Amino acid sequence: MIPRFTAPLLPELMLSIGGTILMLLAAFTGRRGAALVNWLAVLLLLGATVALIGPPSHVGPVFDGMVSADLFASFGKAIMFPAAAVAIIAAHGWFERGTEHSAEYAVLIVFAAAGMSVMVSAMSLVALYVGLELNSLAGYVLAAYRRSDERSAEAGLKYFVLGALASGILLYGISLLYGFTGTMSFTGIAAAFARGAPSLGLLFGLVFVLAGLAFKASAVPFHMWTPDVYEGAPTPVTAFFASAPKVAAVLLATRLCVEGLGPATDAWRQIVIFAALASIFLGAIAAYGQTNIKRLLAYSSINNVGFAMIGLAAGGARGASSVLFYMAVYVVMTLGAFLCVLWMRDAEGQPVESIASMSGLAQTRPGFAAAFAIFMFSLAGIPPLFGFWPKLVVFNAAIASGYVALAVAGILGTVIGAYYYLKIVKVMYMDEPAAPYARVREPIQGLLILLAAVLVSPLGYLLIGPLGSLTDKAAGSLF
Amino acid sequence: MTGLPWLSLLILVPLVAGGLCLFVSATGARWIALVGTLIDFAISIYLWTAYDPNGAQWQFVEKYPLGGQVSYALGIDGIALVLIALTAFLMPICIGASWRAIEKRVPEYMAYFLLMEALILGAFEAQDLFLFYIFFEGGLIPMYLIIGIWGGVERIKASYKFFLYTLFGSVLMLIAMLYMAGTAHTTSIPALMAFDFPKQAQTFLFLAFLASFAVKLPMWPVHTWLPDAHVQAPTAGSVILAGVLLKLGGYGFIRFSLPMFPDGSAQFIPFMFVLSGVAVVYTSLVALVQRDMKKLIAYSSVAHMAFVTFGLFAMNRQGIEGAMIVMLSHGLVSGALFLCVGVVYDRLHTREIDRYGGLSDNMPGYALLFMIFTMASVGLPGTSGFVGEFLSLVGTYRASSWGAIFATTGIILGAAYMLWLYWRICFGTLRHADAAAMPDLSVREWWLLAPIAAAVFWMGIYPESFMRPIRNDIGRMLVRLDRVAPVGDSHLTLGKGTGHMDMGAMH
Repeated sequence: MIPRFTAPLLPELMLSIGGTILMLLAAFTGRRGAALVNWLAVLLLLGATVALIGPPSHVGPVFDGMVSADLFASFGKAIMFPAAAVAIIAAHGWFERGTEHSAEYAVLIVFAAAGMSVMVSAMSLVALYVGLELNSLAGYVLAAYRRSDERSAEAGLKYFVLGALASGILLYGISLLYGFTGTMSFTGIAAAFARGAPSLGLLFGLVFVLAGLAFKASAVPFHMWTPDVYEGAPTPVTAFFASAPKVAAVLLATRLCVEGLGPATDAWRQIVIFAALASIFLGAIAAYGQTNIKRLLAYSSINNVGFAMIGLAAGGARGASSVLFYMAVYVVMTLGAFLCVLWMRDAEGQPVESIASMSGLAQTRPGFAAAFAIFMFSLAGIPPLFGFWPKLVVFNAAIASGYVALAVAGILGTVIGAYYYLKIVKVMYMDEPAAPYARVREPIQGLLILLAAVLVSPLGYLLIGPLGSLTDKAAGSLF
Repeated sequence: MTGLPWLSLLILVPLVAGGLCLFVSATGARWIALVGTLIDFAISIYLWTAYDPNGAQWQFVEKYPLGGQVSYALGIDGIALVLIALTAFLMPICIGASWRAIEKRVPEYMAYFLLMEALILGAFEAQDLFLFYIFFEGGLIPMYLIIGIWGGVERIKASYKFFLYTLFGSVLMLIAMLYMAGTAHTTSIPALMAFDFPKQAQTFLFLAFLASFAVKLPMWPVHTWLPDAHVQAPTAGSVILAGVLLKLGGYGFIRFSLPMFPDGSAQFIPFMFVLSGVAVVYTSLVALVQRDMKKLIAYSSVAHMAFVTFGLFAMNRQGIEGAMIVMLSHGLVSGALFLCVGVVYDRLHTREIDRYGGLSDNMPGYALLFMIFTMASVGLPGTSGFVGEFLSLVGTYRASSWGAIFATTGIILGAAYMLWLYWRICFGTLRHADAAAMPDLSVREWWLLAPIAAAVFWMGIYPESFMRPIRNDIGRMLVRLDRVAPVGDSHLTLGKGTGHMDMGAMH
């Protein structure tokens, strides 16, 4: 039925073709078909996740080495596709109250997912760039999705201008790498780096490419767009930005560093270490003064990406495995937290974002507060919640590689960061109740919050074995 | 021994009870919490009777691999056993102390308390390095909420201080644990207790663990979170903080620092003695000038914990056994003293010492029990305080006579501040009309304090009950410490030979 050579790319094909069909469907049915398109998109994404079982996970390089259908890519996709599906479900009941809801939202997410899928599979600079741009372009539109809302429009524009700049830097780096090695493929670049001390041009290319990827992953010092865009974008879009594209960028950086720049590890490691520590500390310190929960979670995401990069800096299969582990748990925690933010509505049902509005939530909405507290403690990495374990895994990788000082610095960052997570818990549990939130009747979202809370609760420790061996295998496919 | 997973049950019962509490009314939650903690106490009594002091080092062992190196491994030796019994004994008393004092958000309060009990017990039972860390750190969350929600005026600041201080100490320990797991290729605590780390590494490992346990115990100069936390916490919170949570620090030294890094520990004996000596003298003097009852007892806790570190780092049998008994005794006595403060606080809503006076007239029962606990805190022979402090001092003297001289001043100063406190509250004239109008102990309060008083006398008169379970474990530890134990300037010998005395010779 399916031609043999396409089997390894089945998920990408499903998403691209399915997305196009959905777009046509949306164009013909108009607003009436929005719900249908939404659910079809969710099914499409879940179908693409199921399609990962089989050839897409073990065939290896295909299309002349442009992309690689390996377990590493599949692991990333298995996180990103469901996360994208959650972002579509999250939008349900969010846009409908306004006039701007239309089916294109789901279609854009599907295209972004296709782009991310190419990103994590990319074995060549061209595939890298195409995937990244496909994801970014969809992202720019999504950020500005509430075009009547000034903040959303501003977020879209800001994201676009800065994103274009980052793409330019990335392209410049790609052209340098290509110019000095004569090849676009990661393996070819690795071979060029292995031929002795890299030339200045190669090093510049490496730095520029990493800078471009750091922008997508919102690692310091390329994080400036994050708080503004996260705050301005509609909340379901923010939930999406904080989860799937971040995984894609971090995994892409991991693959590039290991497969393309492996012989130049000493060159990129110092960059990654700097970005990791700067992200951890800036993310922790800058979050102090925030009064908007979405901005706070933006800094939290910067902070978290720093921890994942510690795993990358540790290097080796163990380091890559720890990055995968970290991102998998991070996505669950972040999506859970943002789903909770979606439910913050005042008495009229209008969304609120101020941290002050969460006062005394434990008394007005105990279950909601408990779920949010679980995500906060988990993001802070406080045991017995499961968010502690991925931090332990990345620090373990760093120490195993001899980077004890890096691990110590990172772990001190968790103490600083713990303060603002505690602040949220304090506001919810220790302050006097503010006006209660309106009840949101979205059973599916409620189930997702519950599922995420259970996954990061101490019950998550049961996953250490299976998840750990899966990430080990996935990381092993890079080496 | 039966096949039931007793240790898991010990953790599970409070967890389930805590979960149930959230779904019932205030009264229902109180009863569920009381029944849950009493069941746990019953299990701990069963464990005590079933534990064979001359049997294997680790009993009631359970082990389920979780993947990677980590496993859910539980097991207790005598040291863990007595601390578990202490925890399970104090918990129903804490629930009883909160019966009337806590009126708002009762189901939540009970749930956090039970969650904390589960986590503390888990920390004492854990036989896996990371499992221990998870339980050890996890205890911060419920305590943070208890202080922050039900505490006094400055509760928010105190809860942050408590949380961040202890977290900061613990994360350094986590790094050390990761290093240990990588070096020894195991996370099993029993295996690590027999593993010899390189000497140089031991120095750093010891310091990293010290950062955590010194904050938790607490030792001078990282004790400053404790008075704040105590003063702001509700009575039962203080009881559990002083009675059990601080003991996690001492337990950590016994379980990790001494047996796992003997060389590292030996290097720091003078350092630990100096810190302990300063703590004894300094915090006792600070306690002397306090105007707030809870603060005074909080500072006295720091001074008493210094006896623990003195005894432990003397590295001989008397010292370590003494340290254990001091921990048990202090768990009972300071818990009881905080309850005594709570009794009058519930009536007059102030902790200021000057607002009381002459209570022995209108509250004779209270004055009697308060007297017993004051004397136990001072270390009067016949009470638990004497046994622990005496042994700890003997051990210290064998290691260093200077250390013993400083430690002993603590007894004198302790007598000074405790007796003066008692005098100001219970003796003298009834200066204040509102204090004079306070009724004596209710039946409920008798039920809280009398069992502790009985335990205090039991431990003081027949300490053998508490020493028997821990004797062999301390013996095993001494074998490991033998090489590095300090030889003091005093040579205390009984009979012939200078070998280690066993406790039989002491009696």
